[in-house]
Amino acid sequence: MSVGVLDSRNLNGGQKLAVKYFTVAMVLFVAQILFGLLAAVQFIAPGFLFETLDFSVNRMLHINAMVVWMLYGFIGAVYWFLEEESGVEVVGLKLGEIAFWVLTAAVGIVVLVYLFLQIGAGDDTTRWLINEGREYIEAPRWADIGIVAVMLVFFYNVAGTFSKGRWSGVSGVLTLDLVALVGLYLAGMFYTTNVTVDYYWWWWVVHLWVEATWEVLVGCIMAWSLMKLLGVRRKIVQTWLYIEVALMFGSGILGLGHHYFWIGTPEYWLSIGGFFSALEPIPLVAMVVHSIYDAGVHKFKSTNHPALGWVIAHTFGNFFGAGVWGFMHTLPQINLYTHGTQWTASHGHLSFFGAYATINIAFFYLAVQQWRGNVWMGANLADNGWKWKWSMGLLNLGVVGMTVALLIAGYEQSFIERAVEGSTWSGYFAAQTHPWFTEAMFWRLIMGIVTAAGLALLIWDLATIGAGETRPALVIERHEEPGVKAAVVQTA
Amino acid sequence: MNATPLWASETFWKKTAIWVTAVSFLLLIVLTFDSMAKVSAGSTTRVPAYSVINKKIDYRFNASLNRYTPVVEGDAPLFGKILSDEEAEKLVTLGKKTFQAKNCINCHTVLGNGAYYAPDLTKSWLDPNWVDETNREILMLAFLQDPPGNARSYGTGRRMPDLGITEDEARGLIAFLKWTAAIDTNGFPHNFKTLYAQENP
Repeated sequence: MSVGVLDSRNLNGGQKLAVKYFTVAMVLFVAQILFGLLAAVQFIAPGFLFETLDFSVNRMLHINAMVVWMLYGFIGAVYWFLEEESGVEVVGLKLGEIAFWVLTAAVGIVVLVYLFLQIGAGDDTTRWLINEGREYIEAPRWADIGIVAVMLVFFYNVAGTFSKGRWSGVSGVLTLDLVALVGLYLAGMFYTTNVTVDYYWWWWVVHLWVEATWEVLVGCIMAWSLMKLLGVRRKIVQTWLYIEVALMFGSGILGLGHHYFWIGTPEYWLSIGGFFSALEPIPLVAMVVHSIYDAGVHKFKSTNHPALGWVIAHTFGNFFGAGVWGFMHTLPQINLYTHGTQWTASHGHLSFFGAYATINIAFFYLAVQQWRGNVWMGANLADNGWKWKWSMGLLNLGVVGMTVALLIAGYEQSFIERAVEGSTWSGYFAAQTHPWFTEAMFWRLIMGIVTAAGLALLIWDLATIGAGETRPALVIERHEEPGVKAAVVQTA
Repeated sequence: MNATPLWASETFWKKTAIWVTAVSFLLLIVLTFDSMAKVSAGSTTRVPAYSVINKKIDYRFNASLNRYTPVVEGDAPLFGKILSDEEAEKLVTLGKKTFQAKNCINCHTVLGNGAYYAPDLTKSWLDPNWVDETNREILMLAFLQDPPGNARSYGTGRRMPDLGITEDEARGLIAFLKWTAAIDTNGFPHNFKTLYAQENP
């Protein structure tokens, strides 16, 4: 074991694969911010890259890179704790390794095709080989099939390893959640001319991923992180996890109805979607209570300060971004005016960052700590840890700033385009040219640049934190109740 | 000593999680069957048959619902030709496939879903921007085949790029958008008045 330098001998099999996923995730994170900035510039200077890299291409790459880096982060996180949680080596690791390279090659090809071919003729070939043209899941059909195949290998690794080793509450929830995650993707893999039917099933993928199965997946990752970082008792973490699953699926599954208000589906969805989606913030409140309480009880004594910082950012980001910002426009009485405006973009920015980017970044710090030989990452870091603190500050400030700017633009659109002008094209453009809108777009770009600065600092920090560190990580004793099987406490 | 109350018991919450998830999912399946039956093209007035492109489409205020609802009345064949059900579906299908192939959704929205760089297309067929119905089809055909040449950016400077849309694809897109305009969207987008309403308010 080497201390203070990046050495793969410090990692177990699953962790070696995890750091590969994390590395690609960071590359895609950079791509997300880059294409987001280009798209933000085009709101201010519409001639910028016109007919070379149009807004549609930048926006598609911005969001696709985000979705894919989230998934890479989640998959990496699961591989990271798979051996510790199961007590055995990863089953089928070689296959998992191949799946990683297949997935990464497929992602690379899809990005090149998006950049250089962009679009095709209005036939089936385009949908199979170039671009499916359905928001968020634009990947052509061949890539869809590849993604499902890779996810099945991942599922085999996870289920096989837990079956061979030991099961726990965390691993049970995780495994069942992965079944739903893979199954739901299939709902988005067919063509239909009927745009209402198309959106009905498209939302099964989009909503039931991000507002149900992804939330439960990060719940599992969070549960494991709290045991790792703070030494929280497994029984407490798992009880909360079950409560969260009940609340999350209880509100999120029928909360799907809030996407069925205006797409041609029957009117009963207005009541069902409104009621259940209004309950969606409740599990996120539970999450706030649990992690802040845990951190306080342990007097913020943790094995990894940057990771704990990002876990707390996740807690608040998930609650405000997904919970509060979602609730603000989920009832049909307000959604009639806000649906299809920058309100949604405001909610999207804060929720994906708050709920998902944060927990992934927390895991990057856990990974780099172990990769350098499980070095000290508590208080009194070299240079007082200014890099992780500033990058966390800048990233949060940037995203919150963009969220507020987009919210102002969304308010303005709801009033001027919808309520006053009656939703015509001239109403749309009247809202787009109003100073309240154009100023908001200017500030969104500024805050995008702040976010990019935070990301640059984050990369620098991840590359250097713990380098040359000789102190071993803080060891936290976990006091399990008698009769409850203790998890492995990694001490070095 | 075992003093764990029910509300703090891991087993209790595990069972609750399983039951809540199962019941919610079951309800969703039942509602999905019902919704699918009501939104297949032509099965109810919510989502019209594709042959609606042969008809005149307008919206009128429905006092009992307190919102605008679609009204389909009289013949108004697209490009001057009445199409059979099969021909209409074929043309709308070409339009939908073109809509996907040209990545329209990453600038526009339809049914409010998509990107917010360009206007919503749900009721574009009825937008007062086309002034009246006489020249609408010609203007739409010309615009789609040469968007920068026919750009109307209303002071934003935003233009639609040339996407290499052929005349056939443009006809398909127009058919798709005419059909979409007749979907009953529960009053979304709010208070929209068609080009006919602007003529006869």
